Amino acid sequence: MTMVQDDLSDEAPDEFPVRRIKFTVNGRKKLAEVEPRLLLADLIRRGVGLTGTHRGCDTTNCGACTVLVDGRAIKSCTMLAVQVDGREVTTVEGLATASELHPIQEGFKQEHGLQCGFCTPGMMLAAKELLDRNPDPTEEDVRWAISGNLCRCTGYQNIVKSVLWAAEKLRAEG
Amino acid sequence: MFPSRFRYEAPHSLDEAIGLLHGGDYVKVLAGGQSLVPMMKLRFASPEMLVDINNLPGLAYHRTDPDGSLRIGALCRHADLERSDLLKGSQPTMAAAAPLVADPLVRNRGTLVGSLCHADPQGDWASVMLALGGSVIAQGPGGRRAIPLAEFVTGPFETVLEHDEIAIEAVVPPAKGVRSGGYLKLERRVGDFATVGVAVAIETSGTTVVRAGIALTGVGGSTIGATEAAQALTGKPLTADGIAGAAELAAAAAQPRTDHRGTAEYKRQLVRVFVKRILAGGQPAGATGEPAERAA
Repeated sequence: MTMVQDDLSDEAPDEFPVRRIKFTVNGRKKLAEVEPRLLLADLIRRGVGLTGTHRGCDTTNCGACTVLVDGRAIKSCTMLAVQVDGREVTTVEGLATASELHPIQEGFKQEHGLQCGFCTPGMMLAAKELLDRNPDPTEEDVRWAISGNLCRCTGYQNIVKSVLWAAEKLRAEG
Repeated sequence: MFPSRFRYEAPHSLDEAIGLLHGGDYVKVLAGGQSLVPMMKLRFASPEMLVDINNLPGLAYHRTDPDGSLRIGALCRHADLERSDLLKGSQPTMAAAAPLVADPLVRNRGTLVGSLCHADPQGDWASVMLALGGSVIAQGPGGRRAIPLAEFVTGPFETVLEHDEIAIEAVVPPAKGVRSGGYLKLERRVGDFATVGVAVAIETSGTTVVRAGIALTGVGGSTIGATEAAQALTGKPLTADGIAGAAELAAAAAQPRTDHRGTAEYKRQLVRVFVKRILAGGQPAGATGEPAERAA
Protein backbone atom coordinates (compact mmCIF):
# COMPACT_ATOMS: atom_id res chain seq x y z
CA MET A 1 0.00 0.00 0.00
CA THR A 2 1.25 3.48 -0.79
CA MET A 3 1.37 5.89 2.12
CA VAL A 4 0.41 9.45 1.28
CA GLN A 5 1.15 12.14 3.81
CA ASP A 6 1.63 15.87 4.14
CA ASP A 7 5.03 17.05 3.04
CA LEU A 8 6.17 18.82 6.17
CA SER A 9 9.57 19.71 4.82
CA ASP A 10 8.74 21.95 1.86
CA GLU A 11 10.26 25.13 3.27
CA ALA A 12 13.37 23.69 4.83
CA PRO A 13 16.43 25.27 3.25
CA ASP A 14 19.45 23.14 2.50
CA GLU A 15 21.35 24.07 5.65
CA PHE A 16 18.58 22.48 7.72
CA PRO A 17 18.27 19.14 6.00
CA VAL A 18 15.25 16.98 6.58
CA ARG A 19 15.86 13.66 8.24
CA ARG A 20 14.50 10.36 7.21
CA ILE A 21 13.21 8.38 10.19
CA LYS A 22 11.76 4.92 10.67
CA PHE A 23 9.43 4.25 13.55
CA THR A 24 6.43 2.21 14.58
CA VAL A 25 2.99 3.60 15.39
CA ASN A 26 0.57 1.18 17.02
CA GLY A 27 2.50 -1.75 15.59
CA ARG A 28 2.67 -0.39 12.02
CA LYS A 29 6.03 0.50 10.55
CA LYS A 30 6.34 4.04 9.19
CA LEU A 31 8.86 6.04 7.22
CA ALA A 32 8.89 9.80 7.36
CA GLU A 33 10.96 12.75 6.24
CA VAL A 34 10.87 15.38 8.92
CA GLU A 35 12.37 18.72 9.66
CA PRO A 36 14.24 18.45 12.99
CA ARG A 37 12.01 21.06 14.61
CA LEU A 38 8.82 19.11 13.95
CA LEU A 39 7.28 18.02 17.25
CA LEU A 40 6.14 14.46 17.82
CA ALA A 41 2.55 15.63 18.36
CA ASP A 42 2.55 17.11 14.85
CA LEU A 43 4.12 14.05 13.29
CA ILE A 44 1.36 11.93 14.79
CA ARG A 45 -1.53 14.28 14.01
CA ARG A 46 -0.51 15.80 10.66
CA GLY A 47 1.95 13.27 9.33
CA VAL A 48 0.43 9.95 10.35
CA GLY A 49 -3.07 11.42 10.50
CA LEU A 50 -3.99 10.04 13.91
CA THR A 51 -5.91 12.83 15.60
CA GLY A 52 -6.74 11.03 18.84
CA THR A 53 -3.58 12.56 20.28
CA HIS A 54 -4.81 15.98 21.31
CA ARG A 55 -3.02 19.27 21.38
CA GLY A 56 -4.08 21.11 24.52
CA CYS A 57 -1.86 23.65 26.20
CA ASP A 58 1.18 23.12 23.95
CA THR A 59 3.33 24.15 26.95
CA THR A 60 4.12 20.81 28.68
CA ASN A 61 1.37 21.27 31.24
CA CYS A 62 -1.87 19.54 30.34
CA GLY A 63 -0.94 16.03 29.17
CA ALA A 64 -3.63 15.89 26.44
CA CYS A 65 -0.88 14.96 23.94
CA THR A 66 0.38 12.00 26.01
CA VAL A 67 1.56 8.99 24.02
CA LEU A 68 3.75 6.01 24.86
CA VAL A 69 7.27 5.94 23.44
CA ASP A 70 8.83 2.52 24.02
CA GLY A 71 6.18 1.97 26.70
CA ARG A 72 6.79 5.15 28.65
CA ALA A 73 4.14 7.88 28.80
CA ILE A 74 5.47 11.20 27.58
CA LYS A 75 4.14 14.55 26.37
CA SER A 76 4.39 14.49 22.59
CA CYS A 77 4.38 18.31 22.39
CA THR A 78 7.72 18.23 24.21
CA MET A 79 9.61 15.69 22.16
CA LEU A 80 11.03 16.15 18.69
CA ALA A 81 9.66 13.88 15.99
CA VAL A 82 13.20 12.93 14.88
CA GLN A 83 13.75 11.44 18.32
CA VAL A 84 11.35 8.54 17.68
CA ASP A 85 13.67 7.19 14.99
CA GLY A 86 13.85 3.46 15.67
CA ARG A 87 11.30 3.65 18.46
CA GLU A 88 7.80 2.41 19.08
CA VAL A 89 4.95 4.88 19.55
CA THR A 90 1.54 3.94 20.95
CA THR A 91 -1.36 6.35 20.64
CA VAL A 92 -4.94 6.04 21.89
CA GLU A 93 -5.85 4.50 18.52
CA GLY A 94 -3.58 1.59 19.42
CA LEU A 95 -5.55 0.55 22.48
CA ALA A 96 -8.65 -1.02 20.92
CA THR A 97 -8.85 -3.85 18.42
CA ALA A 98 -11.25 -3.65 15.48
CA SER A 99 -14.03 -5.24 17.46
CA GLU A 100 -13.20 -4.73 21.11
CA LEU A 101 -12.46 -1.83 23.38
CA HIS A 102 -9.37 -2.04 25.55
CA PRO A 103 -10.31 -2.63 29.22
CA ILE A 104 -9.12 0.91 30.00
CA GLN A 105 -11.54 2.31 27.42
CA GLU A 106 -14.27 0.05 28.73
CA GLY A 107 -13.55 1.36 32.21
CA PHE A 108 -14.01 4.97 31.09
CA LYS A 109 -17.34 3.94 29.54
CA GLN A 110 -18.55 1.98 32.54
CA GLU A 111 -17.56 4.56 35.16
CA HIS A 112 -18.39 7.70 33.15
CA GLY A 113 -14.73 8.70 33.11
CA LEU A 114 -15.20 11.48 30.59
CA GLN A 115 -17.36 14.50 29.97
CA CYS A 116 -15.98 16.54 27.05
CA GLY A 117 -13.39 13.87 26.28
CA PHE A 118 -10.51 16.17 25.40
CA CYS A 119 -8.15 14.91 28.12
CA THR A 120 -9.27 11.29 27.75
CA PRO A 121 -6.66 9.92 25.32
CA GLY A 122 -3.86 11.28 27.50
CA MET A 123 -5.49 9.96 30.66
CA MET A 124 -5.84 6.51 29.11
CA LEU A 125 -2.22 6.32 28.05
CA ALA A 126 -0.93 7.54 31.42
CA ALA A 127 -3.16 4.83 32.92
CA LYS A 128 -1.83 2.25 30.45
CA GLU A 129 1.74 2.85 31.57
CA LEU A 130 0.70 2.61 35.22
CA LEU A 131 -1.20 -0.67 34.74
CA ASP A 132 1.60 -2.20 32.66
CA ARG A 133 3.95 -1.53 35.56
CA ASN A 134 1.58 -2.02 38.47
CA PRO A 135 -1.45 -4.26 37.78
CA ASP A 136 -2.92 -3.71 41.25
CA PRO A 137 -2.68 0.02 41.99
CA THR A 138 -4.25 1.77 44.96
CA GLU A 139 -6.45 4.82 44.44
CA GLU A 140 -3.46 6.91 45.54
CA ASP A 141 -1.25 5.24 42.89
CA VAL A 142 -3.79 6.11 40.20
CA ARG A 143 -4.07 9.72 41.33
CA TRP A 144 -0.30 9.98 41.36
CA ALA A 145 0.03 8.47 37.87
CA ILE A 146 -2.45 10.88 36.26
CA SER A 147 -1.16 13.95 38.13
CA GLY A 148 0.47 15.22 34.93
CA ASN A 149 -2.85 15.15 33.06
CA LEU A 150 -5.37 17.94 33.47
CA CYS A 151 -9.13 17.48 33.16
CA ARG A 152 -10.97 20.80 32.91
CA CYS A 153 -14.37 19.17 33.38
CA THR A 154 -12.99 18.31 36.85
CA GLY A 155 -13.97 14.73 36.40
CA TYR A 156 -11.02 13.21 38.26
CA GLN A 157 -13.22 11.19 40.61
CA ASN A 158 -14.67 9.12 37.80
CA ILE A 159 -11.38 8.95 35.91
CA VAL A 160 -9.79 7.33 38.96
CA LYS A 161 -12.73 4.92 39.24
CA SER A 162 -12.37 4.08 35.54
CA VAL A 163 -8.70 3.19 35.87
CA LEU A 164 -9.38 1.05 38.95
CA TRP A 165 -12.20 -0.69 37.05
CA ALA A 166 -9.78 -1.41 34.20
CA ALA A 167 -7.15 -2.70 36.61
CA GLU A 168 -9.63 -5.17 38.07
CA LYS A 169 -10.77 -6.31 34.63
CA LEU A 170 -7.20 -6.77 33.41
CA ARG A 171 -6.32 -8.79 36.52
CA ALA A 172 -9.39 -10.98 36.04
CA GLU A 173 -8.39 -11.57 32.42
CA GLY A 174 -4.91 -12.51 33.62
CA MET B 1 4.15 26.53 18.64
CA PHE B 2 7.36 25.13 17.23
CA PRO B 3 11.03 26.03 17.56
CA SER B 4 13.17 28.08 15.19
CA ARG B 5 15.07 26.05 12.63
CA PHE B 6 18.14 24.23 13.85
CA ARG B 7 20.52 21.56 12.71
CA TYR B 8 20.14 18.24 14.50
CA GLU B 9 22.75 15.61 15.18
CA ALA B 10 22.26 12.42 17.17
CA PRO B 11 25.75 10.94 17.57
CA HIS B 12 26.42 7.43 18.84
CA SER B 13 29.63 8.13 20.74
CA LEU B 14 30.69 10.68 23.33
CA ASP B 15 33.76 11.73 21.37
CA GLU B 16 31.63 12.39 18.32
CA ALA B 17 29.22 14.44 20.46
CA ILE B 18 32.02 16.55 21.92
CA GLY B 19 33.46 17.05 18.44
CA LEU B 20 30.11 18.43 17.27
CA LEU B 21 30.11 20.98 20.11
CA HIS B 22 33.47 22.27 19.05
CA GLY B 23 32.24 24.23 16.04
CA GLY B 24 31.63 27.43 17.99
CA ASP B 25 28.04 27.90 16.85
CA TYR B 26 25.28 28.29 19.40
CA VAL B 27 24.95 24.59 20.14
CA LYS B 28 22.86 23.01 22.88
CA VAL B 29 23.00 19.46 24.20
CA LEU B 30 19.60 17.73 24.20
CA ALA B 31 18.99 15.10 26.88
CA GLY B 32 15.41 14.88 28.23
CA GLY B 33 14.48 18.18 26.62
CA GLN B 34 11.73 18.90 29.14
CA SER B 35 13.00 22.43 29.73
CA LEU B 36 14.94 23.04 26.52
CA VAL B 37 12.16 22.10 24.08
CA PRO B 38 9.53 24.33 25.79
CA MET B 39 12.04 27.21 25.83
CA MET B 40 12.76 26.67 22.14
CA LYS B 41 9.05 26.59 21.34
CA LEU B 42 8.63 29.90 23.16
CA ARG B 43 11.72 31.14 21.26
CA PHE B 44 13.46 31.99 24.53
CA ALA B 45 16.21 29.76 23.16
CA SER B 46 17.05 29.44 19.47
CA PRO B 47 20.17 27.30 19.20
CA GLU B 48 21.66 26.79 15.76
CA MET B 49 22.29 23.15 16.45
CA LEU B 50 21.09 20.48 18.86
CA VAL B 51 23.34 17.58 19.77
CA ASP B 52 20.94 14.88 20.95
CA ILE B 53 22.78 12.60 23.39
CA ASN B 54 19.94 10.08 23.78
CA ASN B 55 21.70 7.58 21.53
CA LEU B 56 24.95 7.62 23.52
CA PRO B 57 25.50 4.23 25.13
CA GLY B 58 26.00 3.66 28.84
CA LEU B 59 24.70 6.90 30.34
CA ALA B 60 21.32 5.77 31.70
CA TYR B 61 22.69 4.39 34.97
CA HIS B 62 22.64 5.34 38.59
CA ARG B 63 24.76 3.24 40.89
CA THR B 64 26.74 3.21 44.10
CA ASP B 65 30.48 2.74 43.65
CA PRO B 66 32.60 0.63 46.06
CA ASP B 67 33.79 3.84 47.76
CA GLY B 68 30.17 4.67 48.60
CA SER B 69 29.71 7.49 46.12
CA LEU B 70 26.48 7.64 44.12
CA ARG B 71 26.89 8.27 40.40
CA ILE B 72 24.03 9.36 38.15
CA GLY B 73 24.55 9.20 34.39
CA ALA B 74 23.41 11.93 32.01
CA LEU B 75 20.53 9.81 30.67
CA CYS B 76 19.17 8.66 34.04
CA ARG B 77 15.57 9.93 34.06
CA HIS B 78 13.80 11.43 37.07
CA ALA B 79 11.40 8.45 36.99
CA ASP B 80 14.32 6.02 37.31
CA LEU B 81 15.32 7.80 40.51
CA GLU B 82 11.73 7.98 41.74
CA ARG B 83 11.45 4.19 41.50
CA SER B 84 14.97 3.44 42.65
CA ASP B 85 15.48 1.03 45.53
CA LEU B 86 19.05 2.25 45.71
CA LEU B 87 17.99 5.71 46.90
CA LYS B 88 15.33 4.58 49.38
CA GLY B 89 17.65 3.53 52.15
CA SER B 90 20.81 5.49 51.59
CA GLN B 91 19.80 8.79 50.01
CA PRO B 92 16.81 10.26 51.89
CA THR B 93 17.16 13.77 50.43
CA MET B 94 17.23 12.47 46.85
CA ALA B 95 14.46 9.94 47.49
CA ALA B 96 12.25 12.72 48.85
CA ALA B 97 12.92 15.05 45.92
CA ALA B 98 12.59 12.60 43.01
CA PRO B 99 8.77 12.25 43.11
CA LEU B 100 8.35 16.03 43.48
CA VAL B 101 10.08 16.98 40.23
CA ALA B 102 7.55 18.26 37.66
CA ASP B 103 4.90 15.59 36.90
CA PRO B 104 5.02 11.85 36.06
CA LEU B 105 5.11 12.39 32.29
CA VAL B 106 7.95 14.91 32.48
CA ARG B 107 9.78 12.64 34.93
CA ASN B 108 9.69 9.84 32.35
CA ARG B 109 11.82 11.92 30.03
CA GLY B 110 13.72 14.60 31.99
CA THR B 111 17.12 13.91 33.53
CA LEU B 112 18.84 14.95 36.74
CA VAL B 113 22.04 16.01 34.98
CA GLY B 114 20.05 18.00 32.42
CA SER B 115 18.21 19.75 35.23
CA LEU B 116 21.53 20.75 36.81
CA CYS B 117 22.80 22.11 33.48
CA HIS B 118 19.59 24.04 32.88
CA ALA B 119 20.30 25.83 36.21
CA ASP B 120 16.79 27.13 36.68
CA PRO B 121 16.62 28.83 40.13
CA GLN B 122 13.43 26.84 40.59
CA GLY B 123 14.98 23.50 39.68
CA ASP B 124 14.80 20.95 42.47
CA TRP B 125 17.91 18.86 41.78
CA ALA B 126 20.40 21.72 42.02
CA SER B 127 19.32 22.33 45.63
CA VAL B 128 19.44 18.64 46.47
CA MET B 129 22.91 18.19 44.98
CA LEU B 130 24.17 21.38 46.60
CA ALA B 131 22.94 20.22 50.03
CA LEU B 132 24.64 16.84 49.48
CA GLY B 133 27.93 18.41 48.42
CA GLY B 134 27.64 16.82 44.99
CA SER B 135 29.49 17.61 41.81
CA VAL B 136 29.09 17.43 38.05
CA ILE B 137 31.54 15.54 35.86
CA ALA B 138 32.11 17.38 32.59
CA GLN B 139 33.92 15.96 29.60
CA GLY B 140 35.47 18.08 26.89
CA PRO B 141 38.16 17.70 24.24
CA GLY B 142 40.85 18.03 26.92
CA GLY B 143 39.47 15.36 29.26
CA ARG B 144 37.28 15.18 32.33
CA ARG B 145 36.88 17.49 35.28
CA ALA B 146 34.74 17.41 38.42
CA ILE B 147 32.93 20.63 39.25
CA PRO B 148 31.41 20.99 42.75
CA LEU B 149 27.77 22.12 42.59
CA ALA B 150 28.67 25.18 44.67
CA GLU B 151 30.85 26.34 41.77
CA PHE B 152 28.82 24.85 38.93
CA VAL B 153 25.81 27.16 38.97
CA THR B 154 26.80 30.80 38.57
CA GLY B 155 23.41 32.43 38.10
CA PRO B 156 19.96 31.93 36.61
CA PHE B 157 20.35 29.49 33.68
CA GLU B 158 24.13 29.92 33.89
CA THR B 159 26.80 27.37 34.65
CA VAL B 160 30.58 27.14 34.29
CA LEU B 161 30.28 24.46 31.58
CA GLU B 162 32.42 25.35 28.56
CA HIS B 163 30.72 25.37 25.16
CA ASP B 164 32.56 22.18 24.14
CA GLU B 165 31.91 20.25 27.35
CA ILE B 166 29.15 17.75 28.06
CA ALA B 167 28.00 17.04 31.61
CA ILE B 168 28.11 13.26 31.62
CA GLU B 169 27.51 12.46 35.26
CA ALA B 170 26.53 13.82 38.67
CA VAL B 171 28.23 12.46 41.78
CA VAL B 172 27.16 12.42 45.42
CA PRO B 173 30.20 11.80 47.66
CA PRO B 174 30.23 8.95 50.17
CA ALA B 175 28.59 9.71 53.52
CA LYS B 176 30.79 10.43 56.53
CA GLY B 177 28.07 9.08 58.80
CA VAL B 178 24.44 7.97 58.73
CA ARG B 179 22.48 10.01 56.20
CA SER B 180 19.20 11.71 57.06
CA GLY B 181 17.32 14.71 55.75
CA GLY B 182 14.74 15.34 53.09
CA TYR B 183 13.26 17.69 50.54
CA LEU B 184 10.09 19.69 50.99
CA LYS B 185 8.46 21.76 48.29
CA LEU B 186 5.37 23.89 48.11
CA GLU B 187 3.81 24.06 44.67
CA ARG B 188 0.40 25.40 43.75
CA ARG B 189 -0.32 22.28 41.75
CA VAL B 190 1.60 19.31 40.40
CA GLY B 191 4.04 20.42 37.72
CA ASP B 192 4.11 24.07 38.73
CA PHE B 193 7.43 25.66 39.59
CA ALA B 194 8.27 25.61 43.29
CA THR B 195 6.92 28.45 45.40
CA VAL B 196 9.64 27.36 47.84
CA GLY B 197 11.75 24.20 48.06
CA VAL B 198 14.15 23.24 50.83
CA ALA B 199 16.77 20.48 50.69
CA VAL B 200 18.42 19.29 53.88
CA ALA B 201 21.15 16.64 54.04
CA ILE B 202 22.60 15.56 57.38
CA GLU B 203 25.28 13.00 58.16
CA THR B 204 25.49 11.81 61.74
CA SER B 205 28.15 9.80 63.52
CA GLY B 206 26.81 8.57 66.87
CA THR B 207 24.81 11.58 67.96
CA THR B 208 27.10 14.16 66.37
CA VAL B 209 26.30 15.84 63.08
CA VAL B 210 29.50 15.47 61.07
CA ARG B 211 28.20 17.09 57.89
CA ALA B 212 25.20 19.25 57.10
CA GLY B 213 23.96 20.84 53.91
CA ILE B 214 20.93 23.08 53.37
CA ALA B 215 19.94 24.56 50.03
CA LEU B 216 16.94 26.57 48.86
CA THR B 217 14.88 26.42 45.66
CA GLY B 218 12.92 29.31 44.14
CA VAL B 219 13.83 32.01 46.65
CA GLY B 220 16.54 33.86 44.74
CA GLY B 221 18.20 34.47 41.41
CA SER B 222 19.84 31.06 41.60
CA THR B 223 19.95 28.04 43.88
CA ILE B 224 20.97 29.25 47.34
CA GLY B 225 23.27 27.34 49.65
CA ALA B 226 22.43 28.20 53.25
CA THR B 227 25.98 27.57 54.41
CA GLU B 228 25.76 29.40 57.75
CA ALA B 229 22.67 27.43 58.68
CA ALA B 230 24.46 24.19 57.81
CA GLN B 231 27.59 25.16 59.72
CA ALA B 232 25.52 25.94 62.81
CA LEU B 233 24.39 22.30 62.90
CA THR B 234 27.79 20.73 62.37
CA GLY B 235 29.98 19.23 65.10
CA LYS B 236 27.25 18.79 67.68
CA PRO B 237 24.13 16.70 68.31
CA LEU B 238 20.87 17.79 66.73
CA THR B 239 18.84 19.67 69.36
CA ALA B 240 15.60 21.63 69.29
CA ASP B 241 17.49 24.87 69.86
CA GLY B 242 20.01 24.01 67.17
CA ILE B 243 17.22 23.28 64.70
CA ALA B 244 15.45 26.55 65.48
CA GLY B 245 18.71 28.44 65.02
CA ALA B 246 19.45 26.76 61.70
CA ALA B 247 15.91 27.51 60.50
CA GLU B 248 16.41 31.22 61.27
CA LEU B 249 19.76 31.30 59.46
CA ALA B 250 18.28 29.53 56.43
CA ALA B 251 15.37 31.98 56.34
CA ALA B 252 17.88 34.85 56.50
CA ALA B 253 19.84 33.37 53.57
CA ALA B 254 16.75 33.32 51.34
CA GLN B 255 16.30 36.20 48.91
CA PRO B 256 12.64 35.77 48.02
CA ARG B 257 10.64 38.17 45.89
CA THR B 258 6.95 38.87 46.09
CA ASP B 259 5.16 37.47 43.06
CA HIS B 260 1.97 35.65 42.08
CA ARG B 261 3.08 32.63 44.13
CA GLY B 262 3.26 34.58 47.39
CA THR B 263 4.85 37.45 49.27
CA ALA B 264 8.53 37.53 50.11
CA GLU B 265 7.75 37.24 53.82
CA TYR B 266 5.50 34.24 53.24
CA LYS B 267 8.24 32.46 51.31
CA ARG B 268 10.80 33.27 53.97
CA GLN B 269 8.48 31.79 56.60
CA LEU B 270 8.12 28.65 54.47
CA VAL B 271 11.89 28.23 54.43
CA ARG B 272 11.90 28.46 58.24
CA VAL B 273 9.08 25.92 58.59
CA PHE B 274 10.49 23.46 56.03
CA VAL B 275 13.96 23.42 57.63
CA LYS B 276 12.36 22.69 61.01
CA ARG B 277 10.06 20.01 59.62
CA ILE B 278 12.82 18.14 57.83
CA LEU B 279 15.25 18.33 60.75
CA ALA B 280 12.62 17.39 63.33
CA GLY B 281 12.12 14.13 61.49
CA GLY B 282 15.79 13.89 60.69
CA GLN B 283 17.39 11.92 63.48
CA PRO B 284 18.61 8.59 62.21
CA ALA B 285 17.13 5.48 63.77
CA GLY B 286 18.97 4.46 66.92
CA ALA B 287 20.41 7.90 67.60
CA THR B 288 20.17 9.00 71.18
CA GLY B 289 20.52 12.43 72.69
CA GLU B 290 18.08 15.21 73.22
CA PRO B 291 15.02 14.53 71.09
CA ALA B 292 14.30 17.12 68.47
CA GLU B 293 11.05 18.94 68.98
CA ARG B 294 8.57 18.55 66.14
CA ALA B 295 8.35 22.04 64.78
CA ALA B 296 5.52 23.88 63.07
